[in-house]
Amino acid sequence: MRWIRAHLVAMAGLAVLGYLLIPNIVVIVFSFNKPNGNYNYQWTRFSLDAWTNPCGTPGICDSLGLSLRIGFIATLVSTILGTMVAFAIGRHRFRGRSGTNLLIFLPMATPEVVMGSSLLTLFIAMGIAPGTVTILIAHILFCLSFVVVTVKARIASLDPRLEQAAADLFANPVQAFVRVTLPLVAPGIAAGALLAFSLSFDDYIITNFNASPSSVTFPMYVWGAAQRGTPVQINVIGTVMFLAALLLVATGQLISNRRAKAAA
Amino acid sequence: MVTGPMVTGPMADPAQVALSEPRHTRFNYTPYLLLLPGMAWLVVFFVVPTLSLASQSLQTGNVETGYSLTWHFQTYGDALSHFWPHFVRSIGFAGSATVLTLIFAYPLAYFIAQKVGRWKNFLLVLVIAPFFTSFLIRTLAWQTILTDNGPVAGLARSTHLTDLLQWVHLTNNDSLMNSRFAVICGLTYNFLPFMILPLYASLERLDHSLIEAAGDLYATPIKTFWKVTWPLSLPGVVGGTLLTFIPAAGDFINSRLLGNTQTVMIGQVIDSEFLRVQDYSTAAALSFVLMSIIVVIVAVYVRRAGTEELV
Amino acid sequence: MTEKTSGDLRLTNVTKTYDTFTAVDQLDLVIPRGSFFALLGPSGCGKTTTLRMVAGLDQPTIGQIWIGDKDITDTKAYQRNVNTVFQNYALFPHLSIIDNVAFGLRRRKVSDHKAKAMEALELVQLAHIAKKKPGQLSGGMQQRVALARAIVNRPDVLLLDEPLGALDLKLRRQMQIELKIIQSEVGLTFVHVTHDQEEAMTMADTIAVMNGGRLEQVGDPATLYENPKSTFVANFLGQSNLLEATVKSRAGSIAELDVHGVSLRLPVDRLVNDASSVWLGVRPEKLRLVAAGSTDDGTDAGNRLTGVVADASFTGLATNYLVRLPWGQELMVVQQNDGTPRVAAGALVTLGWAPEHGFALDAKQDAHAGAQDQADDSGAA
Repeated sequence: MRWIRAHLVAMAGLAVLGYLLIPNIVVIVFSFNKPNGNYNYQWTRFSLDAWTNPCGTPGICDSLGLSLRIGFIATLVSTILGTMVAFAIGRHRFRGRSGTNLLIFLPMATPEVVMGSSLLTLFIAMGIAPGTVTILIAHILFCLSFVVVTVKARIASLDPRLEQAAADLFANPVQAFVRVTLPLVAPGIAAGALLAFSLSFDDYIITNFNASPSSVTFPMYVWGAAQRGTPVQINVIGTVMFLAALLLVATGQLISNRRAKAAA
Repeated sequence: MVTGPMVTGPMADPAQVALSEPRHTRFNYTPYLLLLPGMAWLVVFFVVPTLSLASQSLQTGNVETGYSLTWHFQTYGDALSHFWPHFVRSIGFAGSATVLTLIFAYPLAYFIAQKVGRWKNFLLVLVIAPFFTSFLIRTLAWQTILTDNGPVAGLARSTHLTDLLQWVHLTNNDSLMNSRFAVICGLTYNFLPFMILPLYASLERLDHSLIEAAGDLYATPIKTFWKVTWPLSLPGVVGGTLLTFIPAAGDFINSRLLGNTQTVMIGQVIDSEFLRVQDYSTAAALSFVLMSIIVVIVAVYVRRAGTEELV
Repeated sequence: MTEKTSGDLRLTNVTKTYDTFTAVDQLDLVIPRGSFFALLGPSGCGKTTTLRMVAGLDQPTIGQIWIGDKDITDTKAYQRNVNTVFQNYALFPHLSIIDNVAFGLRRRKVSDHKAKAMEALELVQLAHIAKKKPGQLSGGMQQRVALARAIVNRPDVLLLDEPLGALDLKLRRQMQIELKIIQSEVGLTFVHVTHDQEEAMTMADTIAVMNGGRLEQVGDPATLYENPKSTFVANFLGQSNLLEATVKSRAGSIAELDVHGVSLRLPVDRLVNDASSVWLGVRPEKLRLVAAGSTDDGTDAGNRLTGVVADASFTGLATNYLVRLPWGQELMVVQQNDGTPRVAAGALVTLGWAPEHGFALDAKQDAHAGAQDQADDSGAA
């Protein structure tokens, strides 16, 4: 009894962690399922069919390709623009600071339906047909704020005296930025880019508002599939995404551990 | 040679005055140049569309004949009288989900922040791990978890949990799926990391010696929590609440995949009004009302805490 | 590329103001080439601001800065031949030690930067950790790396911003000596900013005492200590006893002063001006204390005061006495532990000192200025 009381927090915490991870586990487990009907709700029997034929269902790999392409471009643009804004806010004083902070925050606070629908009204008013370009514009928009927040946090933790030391040691502003500031902010920029990519890749609502029948992204494909019948391939791709991301994080950890050991 | 007179009073040599003028600092363009592209993007693709949305809500017409700005405020009246239940329901679901996420997230955030040593990073990765799979796929997984013939539903039936849920109107019948219960489950699940991370950030900064000091001053663990831990973690609580409630209020994926016709949330309504019914004016009006509710909540927060903590 | 200038560092009429606050006020200073110079003062006196202006990290509002006959006031920090050892070391965490030290050399495109950097590391006895990262080093080691990083560039002036502040006492003492040795080996001009008067006196050839943005006094440690020109310097460097005195006569070489009815003497050349009202100062260690009525009544033909011992604290090295004089004032006496019998509290004693050990200060100055036990002296922010 005593043990339970002492470890109450730990047990509660781990229970919540379980709650968080169970759907992921279900996705992975059910990627090995071979359902009888169209829907993948019940475990019938073990099968590697979906794994050997990941692009089996029509359209799934095309949508995946589109999502990856859009993700890549949106990440690139939003990371560059967002990093610039983060530096402006984090390292300079200027007028209109409050307004800028607010304007960056609002897209994060706006419900996706509102953002998607308002962009749609804009595109209609401007006469731009929905499609890949409009999706891209929308993705850059909502990724921007998140990149700013992530990079700004990293900049804030940077000691400004390091840049002064660089100037003291004959580095002009460009050299100081490239040799001192950038390497130290880089992890934050990388984190921002990663965040932008996952937001873009995973987005359904805003994308749906600004897409056309010919520009189907992966989430849109999954949504459509949910109405008609959920192919097991969806679980396969979900599992692959999960494992790839875990691998990325593990590699990152390993690299930073290796670096620490090498210098010792 | 060393000189160092005690300097008091103005300079003696007037010729030196001309050489000793105060320096002027040059105007610094850099921040404005850095801000320009990003902020321009936000203005063009966020501010303008929002205004466009507001304008659309006051227009009349339809897709075939086109729209014109007639300042038709009646649209708001009609829309609200039709759809106010959906607003109320959305806020209700979002509110319940937020409270539940807070209750769930707090122990985990506290556990990671205060009770684990070297495993912090590993656990944090596990917290974000769900994001590694597409959120639609994860929500679909809930269909599998709560499905009628599955183990969870079986357990719920045998423990009479289903009867309890029916009694409080969270479910309609014997099943867990396609019910309010399922929607709230899904919402809570989806936004849990958004509550955990800000809470963790706040709790991590909590100085453990404060808790020890409280104990030293005769406070029981519960008292310590309410008087020391909770107040100091409030910034995280508020941040997490905003990050959870706001997207939850506008969500419709959870109610679409896990709910039924009686759980329709305002997000779904806006979506269908825009894309199926194509009544742009009504849809815009509803969007605007939703947006306003949220802006009010954010404004209250900003009033109290300022804008620096927002980003 | 910056040409190597050489020559004295000169500040002429340097002033730094922020809106309503003046951090440095009309500073005129010459720091001779190759000397070890200290800027000493309490926090907020403007010494760090002055240092930053010499480094180029801040611009003076008024005034010029020269090295030799080159006006460097308008040059940027990265163009100046001046390097700084920062208070918190400011080592680049993402670079190895050797890369940190070679940083300045590489910006200047010096050809054998690696060899020179290793040389500098050997100077501070840290050649063996060249490949490590700053995060893996202790505070003392980081400080030496910061020194090597600055020295390797052989600047015209090397600035040190309270570099020993974060070290523990023993290490600090050790580093003080090491810095002195390195400076004389390398021959650069060192400008050392500190609030620790003992540190300044140990290390520097010349000290400039600053207070509230202004210079109080400049000179070598001995002169500043034995011959302070203001109450601030008298109280900030060591401790001083200040007695209200009236000058009765200045005949010949010895002046006679009256302190509460007691006649005391002071060499005439130690009086500051013609004023009749002065502070007569004498350092605690110059006072010889004997029990009243003992055969050895202290100095010959010197000054004498009688009083009662209010407190006696034995510190091992010495005994610190507080002696209350008939008019209520308490004098500090430090009696070295050289075998002289100690006196207990409550005893009647005679204090004696040689007239040439006293000094006189302007009576209009605040007798408590610069005293280290004041919470906030001189009101500077």
